[in-house]
Amino acid sequence: MSTTAVAGTRVNWHSDDMKARRKARYAAERRLQAYGMIAIIFALGFLAFLIGSLTLTGYKAFTQTVATINIDLSKAELDTSDMMKADWRGAVREALRNQIGDLPRRQEKAFFDLFTSSAPFLVRDAVIKDPARLKAPSSFVIPMSDPADQFVKGEISRDTPESQRRISDEQIGMIDQLVSKGVISSPFNWALFLNADSRFPELAGLAGAISGSFWSLLVCFAISFPIGIAAAIYLEEFAPKNRFTDLIEININNLAAVPSVVFGLLGLAVFLNGFGLPRSSPLVGGLVLSLMTLPTLIIVTRVSLKAVPSSIREAALGVGASKHEMIFHHVLSLAMPTVMTGAIISLARALGETAPLLLIGMNAFITSPPDGIFAASTALPSQIYIWADSPERGFVSRTSAAILVLLGFLILMNAIAIFLRQRFERRW
Amino acid sequence: MFGYLFLVLVAAAVVAAYFGGLRALAVSTTAGTSRIKAHSRPIYHGLNAAIWTAVPASIFLLLWLAFQSSVVNQLVLASYPGSEGMDSAALSLLIGEIRQVAAGNLFRQPTPEVAAAAEHLRSLQTYSTYLMMAIGFCIVAVGAFLGMKVISPRYRARHSVETAVTGFMMFSSLVAIIITVGIVGSLVFEALHFFARVPVTEFLFGLRWEPQIAIRADQVAGQGAFGVLPVLFGTFVISAIAMLVAVPTGILSAIYLTEYAHPRFRAVVKPLLEILAGVPTVVYGFFAVLTVAPAIRALGASVGIASSPNSALATGLVMGVMIIPFISSLSDDAFAAVPRAMRDGSLALGATKGETIRKVLLPAALPGIIGGVLLALSRAVGETMIVVMAAGLIAKITLNPFDAVTTVTVQIVTLLIGDSEFDNPKTLAAFALGLVLFLVTLGLNLIALRTVRKYREKY
Repeated sequence: MSTTAVAGTRVNWHSDDMKARRKARYAAERRLQAYGMIAIIFALGFLAFLIGSLTLTGYKAFTQTVATINIDLSKAELDTSDMMKADWRGAVREALRNQIGDLPRRQEKAFFDLFTSSAPFLVRDAVIKDPARLKAPSSFVIPMSDPADQFVKGEISRDTPESQRRISDEQIGMIDQLVSKGVISSPFNWALFLNADSRFPELAGLAGAISGSFWSLLVCFAISFPIGIAAAIYLEEFAPKNRFTDLIEININNLAAVPSVVFGLLGLAVFLNGFGLPRSSPLVGGLVLSLMTLPTLIIVTRVSLKAVPSSIREAALGVGASKHEMIFHHVLSLAMPTVMTGAIISLARALGETAPLLLIGMNAFITSPPDGIFAASTALPSQIYIWADSPERGFVSRTSAAILVLLGFLILMNAIAIFLRQRFERRW
Repeated sequence: MFGYLFLVLVAAAVVAAYFGGLRALAVSTTAGTSRIKAHSRPIYHGLNAAIWTAVPASIFLLLWLAFQSSVVNQLVLASYPGSEGMDSAALSLLIGEIRQVAAGNLFRQPTPEVAAAAEHLRSLQTYSTYLMMAIGFCIVAVGAFLGMKVISPRYRARHSVETAVTGFMMFSSLVAIIITVGIVGSLVFEALHFFARVPVTEFLFGLRWEPQIAIRADQVAGQGAFGVLPVLFGTFVISAIAMLVAVPTGILSAIYLTEYAHPRFRAVVKPLLEILAGVPTVVYGFFAVLTVAPAIRALGASVGIASSPNSALATGLVMGVMIIPFISSLSDDAFAAVPRAMRDGSLALGATKGETIRKVLLPAALPGIIGGVLLALSRAVGETMIVVMAAGLIAKITLNPFDAVTTVTVQIVTLLIGDSEFDNPKTLAAFALGLVLFLVTLGLNLIALRTVRKYREKY
């Protein structure tokens, strides 16, 4: 440095020394750029990897291996006077036996294990729905059990040693026989959306979780939307600037950053133990979620109110509107699209929230969809949590599928928000 | 049932609004011929009548519902023979049983006392519901009557409606304070119960966290160990790993996106990065368990390090990825806040873009970036689902990232899941941990928000 840039001496910009310096400087420049690129590639690569691996493990849960079996219930000796207690098991087993021919008793059990153990109940429910099926032979769709399902989908390889898979060689032989007879097919798994939770992967579905999430979000919206907007209007348009309103503002900013599990503790201590509200209910879930979304909603609404130019306020006041009329007739209706966008985005965040729901018991095992906000239920993310903890292999793919469904809902909500923003956004 | 009650209230309010409006119209037309002009439009008279009808009644209903079950419980327990001598754990068990019996869920034949208490409970519940409905309808009727009675041309219905609306808005903005008071109150209240059983000093300075021992109070050695230090240590190990991943990645990607990237590239990449923050954390948790943890384990095995299945490294790595967008967008803001002139001055002196970034932008934006890092750290400390699914349960003090550690949030969730009995130190410990978590994140947030705000105004 000192040799080339001493004050007063001429700098020879073309000297080798300078060339080397320039080269080093440009290299440093390119390095920095490359580091930035690497950081972005790392983050986005991780995202792609996340979604890719979930799709790879999850897409198989969108089909389910089923056996279509003809059962002639008129031949079975069913006690039709009491549908609930009739011998459905015997009837179903008889029909299953007809599919494969004579088997020794031990192999018969292995064969029955290929089908879901709830098959008799499925047949019973179908018959109760349509009693005509008692009279004539009709076909029933029976889901295969988890190991059989995994095998047909190729998750369990034939080449694995028998001792290391959950399906025996003779069972594989039986499946091959069923396949060659055309009994087995893999249609779209509507049960994933229509059934509630079950201990058996082949029957477990998301209906309970989806309706639980729906009710919770409804409660959350019904509480946080009016209160959030009212608070934002008050703070933005009416509140005097003093220490108390400052305190409220700091409070709101802080609440937005309080860990969600703390809100769960609040819900547990106040709503469940204090007020005795029903545990695991969408009511309490929605209340807790609304406390969490409230700060964000207030902040978003304030920003959008601030964006409405003051000329509109002055014009409204000028023609004699009261302050309330000015706000509700003009400012709020102009700010509404942005407020709705913010509300949808914060609801989307509430939809993905899990931790507080665990603390108020929305991770219970519940086999029927809730019929209101007081019934016990789960929500989509807590259902994912429950399934992720289940040991059966079928639940791995189902968890991924549930995640894909949840992400689908999130994308849908965000798409609506973006659409609203672009459709109604106004530049002043 | 209660849903229908509120529907009835809404219906009553609509009816009151309709007739109030009609009456106001009638009054103002008859008055129109004289010299008195109505102050408010009929709609305001109607709204006013609706407010009088519905608001007092719904406040009454909400209060009644909030306190009904605890009052009923108290009454039932007071009449239960021998309940005076029981401690609160036994009482809560008892009331649970009585409620189950009253709801008709019989698991075994109830004792005569319990059956009698259940009958008592059921009659009290019916009685309370009828009483609530009777008082509620009285309030509705009185409110509707008063709301209709005040209608006159001179009555300032608009002012009265607007006052009510302002009142609602003021209440709404107080909700934030109420929530904070609720959080602090419930945490402190339950934590005090905990500290009555476990000394504060043991909690703060203890080196062993073994709450699982104290399941039963009368157990031999049933004290458990409630030293918070290993849990806090685990939290900071995982957060530190997460920050090691997130801080360089976040800052470097922000530098690239603000300074080098083509606007179109930025317009695509920035929202994609934001998706990382929008993915629910339960998804990250599942991903960490299913994919990342086995990969880390295999990696550890290949270099000869024994790795636990729930390694802190896997958890921290995934959490770090989740945090990248926070750091990236806050650094983005900080860079954007540096004035154009400083950048141009540096470039005009012949510095390359990279030198400008390193020597001018970075120092100028540093306080903002640090604020962002602190906010992200607070999020890492409070993050729950990733660690609940992917981190370990045993609290130990170790710096080995291949080892399993536990965190504050993991302990809170595992202590409280499926167990709502509020009388043993195990459950109450969760609230003490919650208090610690709240205070730590509150401190981090306050410092962060202050630095971000203070230095943003500097230029």
